[in-house]
Amino acid sequence: MTTANRADAPPVRDHSAKRRWVGQSIRRVEDPKFLLGRGGYIADRITPGTLHAAVLRSPHAHARILRFETAQALAAPGVHAVITGADAAELCDPMPDFGPDPARHTWRCLAAEKVRYVGEGVAVVVADSRYLAEDALELIEVEYEPLPAVVDPERALAEGAPLVHEALESNCAYERTFDFGDVERDFAEADVVVRDRLRWHRSGGQPLETVGAIAEYDPGTGSFTIDTNTLSFTSYLFMAANTLKVPANKLDIRPVPAGGSFGSKLFANKPAVIAAMCSRATGRKVAYIEDRVDNISNCDHHGSDRVYEVELAMMRDGTMRSIKIDVIDDYGAYIQFGVGHHGNALAQVVGPYTIGSVRYQVRAALTNKNQQGAYRGFGSEVNNWMLEQMVELAARELGLDPVAVRRKNFIREFPYFIPTGNVYDSGDYDRVLDKALELADYDHWRAEQKRLREEGRYIGIGLISAQERSVFSATEFWFWFDEPGAPVTSTPESVSLKVDATGGITAILYSCAFWGNSPETMVSQFVAEEFDCSPYDVSVVYHGSRDGLPATGPGGSRTTVMLAGAVEGAAAKIKEKARRAAAHLLEIDPDDMEWSDGGFQVKGDPERKKSLGEIAVMLHLFKHSFPADMESGLDGSKVYDHPYTTMPSADRKDLGVFYPFMGHACHVPVVEVNIETGAVTFLHYAAVHDCGTLVNPRSLAGHIVGGTAQGIGTALYEEYVYDEDGQLLSSSYLDYLIPSAMEVPELTIGHVETPSPYTPHGVKGGGEGGRMMAPAAINAAVNDALFPLGVRLTELPMTPERILSALRAAGRTGGSTG
Amino acid sequence: MAPTTCTISLTVNGHPHVAEVEPRRLLVDFLREDLGLVGTHIGCEHGVCGTCTVLLNGASIRSCITFAVQADGAEISTVEGLARGAEMHPLQDEFSEKQGLQCGYCTPGMLMRACEILAENPDPTPAEVRSAIASNLCRCTGYQFITEAVIGAAARMRATKEVAS
Repeated sequence: MTTANRADAPPVRDHSAKRRWVGQSIRRVEDPKFLLGRGGYIADRITPGTLHAAVLRSPHAHARILRFETAQALAAPGVHAVITGADAAELCDPMPDFGPDPARHTWRCLAAEKVRYVGEGVAVVVADSRYLAEDALELIEVEYEPLPAVVDPERALAEGAPLVHEALESNCAYERTFDFGDVERDFAEADVVVRDRLRWHRSGGQPLETVGAIAEYDPGTGSFTIDTNTLSFTSYLFMAANTLKVPANKLDIRPVPAGGSFGSKLFANKPAVIAAMCSRATGRKVAYIEDRVDNISNCDHHGSDRVYEVELAMMRDGTMRSIKIDVIDDYGAYIQFGVGHHGNALAQVVGPYTIGSVRYQVRAALTNKNQQGAYRGFGSEVNNWMLEQMVELAARELGLDPVAVRRKNFIREFPYFIPTGNVYDSGDYDRVLDKALELADYDHWRAEQKRLREEGRYIGIGLISAQERSVFSATEFWFWFDEPGAPVTSTPESVSLKVDATGGITAILYSCAFWGNSPETMVSQFVAEEFDCSPYDVSVVYHGSRDGLPATGPGGSRTTVMLAGAVEGAAAKIKEKARRAAAHLLEIDPDDMEWSDGGFQVKGDPERKKSLGEIAVMLHLFKHSFPADMESGLDGSKVYDHPYTTMPSADRKDLGVFYPFMGHACHVPVVEVNIETGAVTFLHYAAVHDCGTLVNPRSLAGHIVGGTAQGIGTALYEEYVYDEDGQLLSSSYLDYLIPSAMEVPELTIGHVETPSPYTPHGVKGGGEGGRMMAPAAINAAVNDALFPLGVRLTELPMTPERILSALRAAGRTGGSTG
Repeated sequence: MAPTTCTISLTVNGHPHVAEVEPRRLLVDFLREDLGLVGTHIGCEHGVCGTCTVLLNGASIRSCITFAVQADGAEISTVEGLARGAEMHPLQDEFSEKQGLQCGYCTPGMLMRACEILAENPDPTPAEVRSAIASNLCRCTGYQFITEAVIGAAARMRATKEVAS
């Protein structure tokens, strides 16, 4: 029985009020410091006298550690400490891990008994400088007993595979099948079942700045202070405190700006733990900043790595009835976030289509690779790609037009509950598609495709319609378990606003690091909207974790919406007090006052008004001008909980509402495939997104273009390649290919706005959209180009080698050898 | 045993410096740690991404694979030398105006490369800018608004030059 409660949607909001600042493409308030070279990134904050840590990494994919010899390293110039994995296991408890059954796949900051992937840390040296620390690394001897490695996820799950974690007695960390709706009936009634096997290889965020931390242990108070560029999930930092064996109130993690994250700095606490451990061991302040190889091979934030077997049940008229998804995900050596990535995918598993039922089987394989973490999309971008590949294949097999087949199945009534139980709050998919076809000049390119085909050129037009869920709720991590250890219900974000005696406003953020998103600009625009000030007059403070308010931080395209709610709530508290104060000063009933243009006035009478500054100075300095119950000062804080979460049913036939604010986009790239070289070039690229009400169209455009650039990398270039022995072949930017300005085309961008009925101003999240869409769209474009040759790419990235190999397999030339 | 050092003298953003450095000391570490000019960032550490770009006698170089001793006698320009007091360089201003940055980490290197591009060609086409900035990786922006910012700055710098002449 489905027993989920669908009655408790939040009240529908009225978005009719005129907005002055929300919706404006203002310059970002963060920009000047970064342009002047005064960004204050983690490595910029290392003060003289700070010691430097460097980590020795495993050269083996899988090996038992027999012995460490550290005496020579310890005697090297400038060395203060050498801490091996075995030492670290004494100094620290295991790393924070949200995965299933973590005691059976224990994850530590340094490997203690066994290494499980190339690059895993085995020892750390602390020295006067990074140069001296790296010198000493070369003097550490580690004796290994190499073990057979397992690299392929399907082989890892097969009988007799080497075990990554003996205690688990299997390489399957998790397995589950969910049925939503009557899958068997829908398949029985279908005219056609379209089947395919799809392979998505792993890539990652790869920000240009690595993860780093500067830690200082104070033996006088038993406290750690850690500056780092990874702050998130503040409510869970007690887990990091456990790792360091201190009470949570003795750990203060302070956010500093990050030089990019794209998800990869989400809860990335390993460098902070290493720095803190070294600080306590040496009694000195210690900086540990990953180098590039550390970051590529050992960052715990590789993206999804999936093998799909999919069946899509169709009617001949193009109606999509049901889908069966069987996915194996290669999680690498550990599984820190469990299969939350698949919970994420289930938020929008049917895309924008009225597919009536879903079967979702997931198996999480452990292999000898660095573990998965978060990368822009968190698994939903892979689902988008899988689904759009199937829709494209179905259209081909049924001889239907790709535009028509999408329109045939669009969801058009909102709010709409998809079979998994998640809700789509609002949308207008036809309008997005119409606009995309217009901006793409679709008919022109179809004609060009035909004309150029006659010249022997292979042009492809990709068209995808897909979802961008926003504002996650924690249930996606635990609804997998019938008896979850922690059925967490809240992922709040908090803001405090303080109005000083001159009326100046300071906003305090609690878990909201600057990661290249624009939290300061967003908060400043929301504050300006509330108080009619200039966003450039708002001061923003990033608060440390210890004495902060509950907060979760960036992730799942949640920041803007959550900050909007927190600012709205904090502003309401300030305005309530300011209203009473102004009414008292003007000797009027508070109910006869109204907010107007930066202050409270007597309703309809701008002559009798107190500005926020006039009210603030009175409240700060002249307490005795007010009634006894009115305290000095003018400030307010709001802990804004997730505005729309409902619990899963006990039988998990319905997962409840966990990702309700549903963005949508249509991408239409036009590519040319060179069948001699396998190279793919862009001739045009149109992208239309609907993220609800726009807060800052230009900053959103930045996310669309930048996310699309990353999606181009995922589609065509980027891959962490492990060979059969588990050696990482792409461990530098010479081999791990990030798109340059020559690989990323100019995008034609359009926006559609369908405001969310449930969020302040109707805003939805939009930080992941480009990468949510581009891999699927580019794959569709390449397949469209190669359709006349009977070739279809089903594996990303579509490197020239893979394209040529597919051409050869189809008996097409594909280079001179064909 | 104290490491061998060399004496170097160089000019950074117009200021002369004389320093003792180890032969292996990287220019980027010398700028960041010895001179405190932390606006030049470290990205890939093997000369691919261009994050650490500075100008050496007007030509862009990768300071993460350049030794400080190689800069002996040279004039080095870094991002810290671009603004005139509170007044930003037109490139800095246009990067903000056109949303040419997000996380800001590649920005100093990108700005220095753009300085070199506009010194060589004050009126580049967008295609020429794209080709020229392909030397530097940006993970956030997708390059489109960086290209627009460089074009915008070029126009302003040409206009200023005309007024001055």
